[in-house]
Amino acid sequence: MRFIFKTRYEQDLQLFKDGVSAAWYCALLVVLIAAPFVLPDYYRSQLVFIFIYAIAGFGLMLLAGYTGQISMGHAAFLAIGAYTEAILQAQGWPFVLSAPVAVAFAAILGVVIGLPALRLTGIYLSIATLAFGFIVEEILARWEHVTAGNSGMLVPSVRLLFNQFESANEFYYLCLVCVVLVGLAIFNLLRSPTGRAFIAIRDSEVSAQSMGVNLARYKTLSFALSAGITGLAGALYAHQIRFISPEQFTLFVSIEFLMMIVIGGMGSLHGAVFGAIFVISLPELIGALKDYLPQAIAEQPGLKMTIFGVIMILFVLFEPMGLYGRWLKIRTYFSLFPLYKKDMFKRQKAYQKSERVH
Amino acid sequence: MEILQLTIAGVAIGCIYALIALGFVLIYKATEVVNFAQGDVMMLGAFVAFTFAGLWQFPFWLAVIFAIAVLAVVGALFNRLLLRPIIGQPAFAAVMVTLAAGFVIRGVATMVPGWGADTYALKAPYSDGVIRIGELAILSDHIAIIVLTALLCAGLYLFFKNTRVGIAMQATSQNQLAANYVGIPVPRINMLIWAISAGVAAFAAVLLAPITFVHSNMGFIGLKAFPAAVVGGFGSIPGAIVGGLIIGLVESYAGFYLPEGFKDVAAYIVVLLVLLIRPSGIFAEMRRKKV
Repeated sequence: MRFIFKTRYEQDLQLFKDGVSAAWYCALLVVLIAAPFVLPDYYRSQLVFIFIYAIAGFGLMLLAGYTGQISMGHAAFLAIGAYTEAILQAQGWPFVLSAPVAVAFAAILGVVIGLPALRLTGIYLSIATLAFGFIVEEILARWEHVTAGNSGMLVPSVRLLFNQFESANEFYYLCLVCVVLVGLAIFNLLRSPTGRAFIAIRDSEVSAQSMGVNLARYKTLSFALSAGITGLAGALYAHQIRFISPEQFTLFVSIEFLMMIVIGGMGSLHGAVFGAIFVISLPELIGALKDYLPQAIAEQPGLKMTIFGVIMILFVLFEPMGLYGRWLKIRTYFSLFPLYKKDMFKRQKAYQKSERVH
Repeated sequence: MEILQLTIAGVAIGCIYALIALGFVLIYKATEVVNFAQGDVMMLGAFVAFTFAGLWQFPFWLAVIFAIAVLAVVGALFNRLLLRPIIGQPAFAAVMVTLAAGFVIRGVATMVPGWGADTYALKAPYSDGVIRIGELAILSDHIAIIVLTALLCAGLYLFFKNTRVGIAMQATSQNQLAANYVGIPVPRINMLIWAISAGVAAFAAVLLAPITFVHSNMGFIGLKAFPAAVVGGFGSIPGAIVGGLIIGLVESYAGFYLPEGFKDVAAYIVVLLVLLIRPSGIFAEMRRKKV
């Protein structure tokens, strides 16, 4: 167990808690930089998917995990990012220009959906975002001369500045840079007054308002940032899968994102990353599991959905803090050994969240 | 004439939405949980009815009664096993549990022998008839849906108004704590409400199955019933019925008068418009939460 004894104010501003944790993150970064030289192509592309999902997870975590606004339409922002990127790149725009446009476009639509959301709370907000997701999906399918409709469109390999990025390694590094930058940006944002305001809104809108937090401003800001980040994930996603069509951005994807951050651990950025790793590696695990299952069950298309749902239910019932919470408990167990107590992370019941008027 | 025709078709499909929305609202009023699995519960009801009537050759109405009974048990278990343990957790936990349960129901339905991912027909004795009044041609299924929905609603109304249990349910949904103090067994009442709601969903499934088909994805109609519940105001039972009818009618008209594509999103456009004007639906009481 380490105790950090702060003697200077600058220590409060440090990015890492102490040298050891900084060293661990550096080691992780080195491993990720070296990974494409060591890993086979397949695992490299799985890593790219994890990066992209982690970016989307950061976006949704900012909105749902830190501002407390549940969006069931985040696939729409992913779609908007992906389509904007695909269309602009096809017209010869470089990534350094097209990606910011994709982000900005997604963010603007985030504001559009965020504005009515100011008056909506809880379930009504979920429905509004759900409706938004459906409408975007329908527009993508029907606006054929721009989006090519249900037949989908091919996406060229990414062009960063002027030359085409043909090799997958270079795209891997592009995604790595994006995920690190977005992660750092959000981490710092959450330490700033803006981030504190988001958390205050999540914990209680009424008390945030009485502390002088402008609800309208911060909720819209949260929606815009979240949508923009998800748009960036969408832009990278388009290049990674090379072919986009409306059925890749359905409600199922939005729900998958939500499940990703819940399984990872609500209210922590680590959780978004853990959730992304989980969501990407689950099909692999199921594939490995299939060999041991009876034929009749293993061949069913519903198997993935069932396992996903069961895991989700188990997490909510038994580990509401998600994978990150589990990791925290294990770490605390070892760092306090043998003094760890079972009730240290005991759940508190919270009855004040009721939406009723009594 | 054609507008009358569209209206009847719209009212019929609106009744289905209304019944599913009714399930949402009953559960929401009682336990403050939005059951995102309601559509999948309905799908399960359709499959159970199909199993009794189609696979095992029971008489249709007996199969309907069995399906409702089976689903009521499922609903009660759903409440007991999944939602009772997370009482007191943030509302988000319940949302995720019901979403995940919907996934599980849908996934399991494709794995049950005899169900699978195929499409089945479930015909009612009244199906496939056409009633002609002047130039008007009405499907007998539509008439049956409207009549049976009206009967069910009347039955539920009388149940909530006149029986002891019904009044206890009303009390519970108004104020759980006070209900508990006057001696109402709130957990058991909540379980019963979940059972009723799942039973209503099974009834809706049996009404819907003859005009669509029985399929593991038929639960997606629940996503249309959502807007219906929201348009009416989530906490209001008459609101759910009116909301369902509004969505059904709008969809029916949009499918005929507007370009292709609008029919599928009409429900969502309506719900966004209603939420813009009245953020908690048409029938909601506009009160602010007191601290």
